[in-house]
Amino acid sequence: MDLKLKIWRQNGPDDKGKFVDYEIKNISTDASFLEMLDILNNELIEKGEEPVAFDHDCREGICGMCSLYINGHPHGPDAATTTCQLHMRRFKDGDTIVVEPWRAKPFPIVKDLIVDRSAFDEIIQAGGYISVNTGGVPDANTIPINKGKADLAMDAAACIGCGACVAACKNASAMLFVSAKVSQFALLPQGRIEAKERVKKMVAKMDELGFGNCTNTYACEAECPKEISVTNIARMNREFFAAKVSS
Amino acid sequence: MKKLDSKIPEGPLAQKWKNYKDHQNLVNPANKRKIDIIVVGTGLAGASAAASLGELGFNVKVFCIQDSPRRAHSIAAQGGINAAKNYPNDGDSVYRLFYDTIKGGDYRSREANVYRLAEVSNNIIDQCVAQGVPFAREYGGLLTNRSFGGALVSRTFYARGQTGQQLLLGAYGALSKEIKRGHVVMYTRREMMDLVMINGRARGIITRNLVTGELERHAAHAVLLASGGYGNVYFLSTNAMNSNGSAAWKAYKRGAFFANPSFVQIHPTCIPVHGDYQSKLTLMSESLRNDGRIWVPKKKEDAEKIRKGELKPTQIPEEDRDYYLERRYPAFGNLVPRDVASRAAKERCDAGYGVGPTGLAVYLDFADAIKRLGRDVIEARYGNLFQMYEKITDDNPYETPMMIYPAIHYTMGGLWVDYELMSTIPGLFVAGEANFSDHGANRLGASALMQGLSDGYFVLPYTMQNYLADQITVPRFKTNLPEFDEVEKDVKEHIAKLKAVNGKEPVDYFHRKLGRIMWDKVGMARNEKGLKEAIEEIRELRKDFWKNVKVPGDVNGLNVELEKALRVADFLELGELMAIDALHRNESCGGHFREEYQTPEGEAKRDDEHYMYVAAWEFKGDDKEPELHKEPLKYENIEVKQRNYKTA
Ligand SMILES: Cc1cc2nc3c(=O)[nH]c(=O)nc-3n(C[C@H](O)[C@H](O)[C@H](O)COP(=O)(O)OP(=O)(O)OC[C@H]3O[C@@H](n4cnc5c(N)ncnc54)[C@H](O)[C@@H]3O)c2cc1C
Ligand code: FES
Repeated sequence: MDLKLKIWRQNGPDDKGKFVDYEIKNISTDASFLEMLDILNNELIEKGEEPVAFDHDCREGICGMCSLYINGHPHGPDAATTTCQLHMRRFKDGDTIVVEPWRAKPFPIVKDLIVDRSAFDEIIQAGGYISVNTGGVPDANTIPINKGKADLAMDAAACIGCGACVAACKNASAMLFVSAKVSQFALLPQGRIEAKERVKKMVAKMDELGFGNCTNTYACEAECPKEISVTNIARMNREFFAAKVSS
Repeated sequence: MKKLDSKIPEGPLAQKWKNYKDHQNLVNPANKRKIDIIVVGTGLAGASAAASLGELGFNVKVFCIQDSPRRAHSIAAQGGINAAKNYPNDGDSVYRLFYDTIKGGDYRSREANVYRLAEVSNNIIDQCVAQGVPFAREYGGLLTNRSFGGALVSRTFYARGQTGQQLLLGAYGALSKEIKRGHVVMYTRREMMDLVMINGRARGIITRNLVTGELERHAAHAVLLASGGYGNVYFLSTNAMNSNGSAAWKAYKRGAFFANPSFVQIHPTCIPVHGDYQSKLTLMSESLRNDGRIWVPKKKEDAEKIRKGELKPTQIPEEDRDYYLERRYPAFGNLVPRDVASRAAKERCDAGYGVGPTGLAVYLDFADAIKRLGRDVIEARYGNLFQMYEKITDDNPYETPMMIYPAIHYTMGGLWVDYELMSTIPGLFVAGEANFSDHGANRLGASALMQGLSDGYFVLPYTMQNYLADQITVPRFKTNLPEFDEVEKDVKEHIAKLKAVNGKEPVDYFHRKLGRIMWDKVGMARNEKGLKEAIEEIRELRKDFWKNVKVPGDVNGLNVELEKALRVADFLELGELMAIDALHRNESCGGHFREEYQTPEGEAKRDDEHYMYVAAWEFKGDDKEPELHKEPLKYENIEVKQRNYKTA
């Protein structure tokens, strides 16, 4: 199929940036979206132009490295699908596809479609872990864990940290991301010990880094490629208020 | 000539690691603060090592290519991690895990290392649970297991189809904790370009800041490479796009020996290649072989009709299906090791029974399992894999069998290390897939995660200390030493030379060509003629690359094409070494299958008399032949046999 592309080009954080139009022909419907961009890039290189910079790594929907705001949706039009798993059969011959980077203040643009998501790492560093050192831990089966709870923890832990929730949110809120980590540990006995401190520290960090508030629009859940549920946000709010009250 | 000393501790097998720890040197807490360690890589091996070394009080600097340590390639591991817990009470033990690993590796790995791996496997599971890794559980609340190839017990722990993700996030959490405490400093979007040595020891690295293009100098008392495997030398593989062999290759060129470079793993269950624009291959976890049955049509006419789209697999009656693994290997059936399953698929396809439009595919069928267990159970077990398959192929595996074909997946070869995981360069340690240590000529499923975490959590914190104990009086190194000047100059010139080629072809053009040569001639089946051709063809391609490659853009800034070009330049050298190694090994073992050396039934035929050794290659100069060093392998605790998966 033949397509028209409108791609955001920006040479660096200080550049103003603009949309540039490209045409691309003979794309197989079985190709992935990123393979389509690979083809475009190789054509640009052969023409002596600079290829479009975008982030990607696993191309299996698990590393969270790919991003891209495609036709107004983070990770494109398909539900529960990362950009790297989006396939061209989703589009029609002659379509125009608009490709932009994540747009959110805490994720500054590095170049073209690449943004800086290190704010997420900072939030985790603030307390998104269980403080155990290597060694000296009890046998793995010492504490049985209710399967239902363990499954819920796993649902939350499936977050890939891609930032689509922030990009989807009109307030650039990181609540879905933060609440997923808070929930995973809040649901497990191992995580309960530091639960109060954890939620307070992570929320404080999130606010400090300039992420917005949650106003319950739930675009984050709708756009999340891993279908992380907003019930995690409710759980985090409960944890947060409980922690505040007791401190 | 340097002699290889594997430094295996004295004593009976089961006592070696204990003896080592009882007698090793330690660094006191106050001195740990004065010692710097560089860790390259934040996969399971690098993240777990960096966190654990930080906890001990060392100053650790960690580097990774991605924008966050959490995105290392380990994140993509699906199926699980082995441990000898014997929770299912099905007869597992440390010895059995050790035995299965040595046998699975076709008797080409070191007994002492593998035993230690099996020993600490249980600690890994304990550690991960304490970190909050949500492993799958039974209704009673205890941990559950599944089976993987090459074992008769269920010893694989898993977190749905995302085990690597959960383990890596556990290690990333531990790493984040140490970053917060200030014991670890994290450098993201940094690529190690070369190794700096001072007086024969590894003392630092030169990195390229992938955002600004700046070259940076980092000094330390010891360097740990945990930079992953080099499967991407084949262009198409299941590895992540940024996986590469360059850090290891640079170390090789500075004097670290490269061991068994030709030992690569070809995974039997991947989604078949479908187009020439394809950028990577997707693995379908081995765990699927627990419930999926592999088959091709018994009749060639049927296979032909299927290829033409005139017949559907569901229309082939039971009696016309050839469940060839169950037929050939009754004891292990669909759960034979990967090398055996891959070759069997290739054998059927080469003989004309392959399916799919290209004929290079076999079926992995869940119909029986769905009938037996119900769709719900299958969905709970493999739902996300089925979904991934459907996204890529547009086929629904609940209704029609999956199509699979082998693909490059893992590299058993890597930098040679001794029992302490130290390379032939003093002070240069190597962990995870980047070293060669534990898997011999074939790795068993769910053992790479185990090895990466064993190296990082439980081995290196001891062995690196042993090395560092006599370094406490060595002051911190300055990065303005002439040794740093020189290596940085080399790197700068290398980049300038690449940019100056200013040819016509994009990097991918060369990478694809290299991949083709490697897959055809240094892939699943190899022979003398093909390997000799491969060596010539790679040399020609390398020349062509240096004449015709095009690296657009500015090298002093974010430049993805430059990153790729630098890695492919190294692959073009590493590929040749792989072919040389495959050519020299006149036997078949594990994943290394030389067509000249097979049993009448088509199984790999080892030559223990002449090749029961680790081949460790020493770099001798750019246009010189590398020198082979041999580390003989001794089996004192296991009887060496022809591998047999037909009977238990
Ligand atoms: C699809 C897939 C599924 C798998 N499933 C399983 C499974 O179920 N069970 C199992 O046991 N194994 C599995 N494996 C194998 C296993 O995942 C890997 O062998 C293992 O994760 C490798 O870990 P590592 O820490 O050695 O390296 P990696 O995870 O590859 O990490 C390498 C790190 O090094 C960094 N790096 C590399 N080069 C440089 C450089 N020059 N400068 C700076 N940083 C650098 C990278 O940024 C990264 O952080 C699977 C592999 C694949 C491909
Ligand atoms: S590239 Fe890894 S999730 Fe898309």
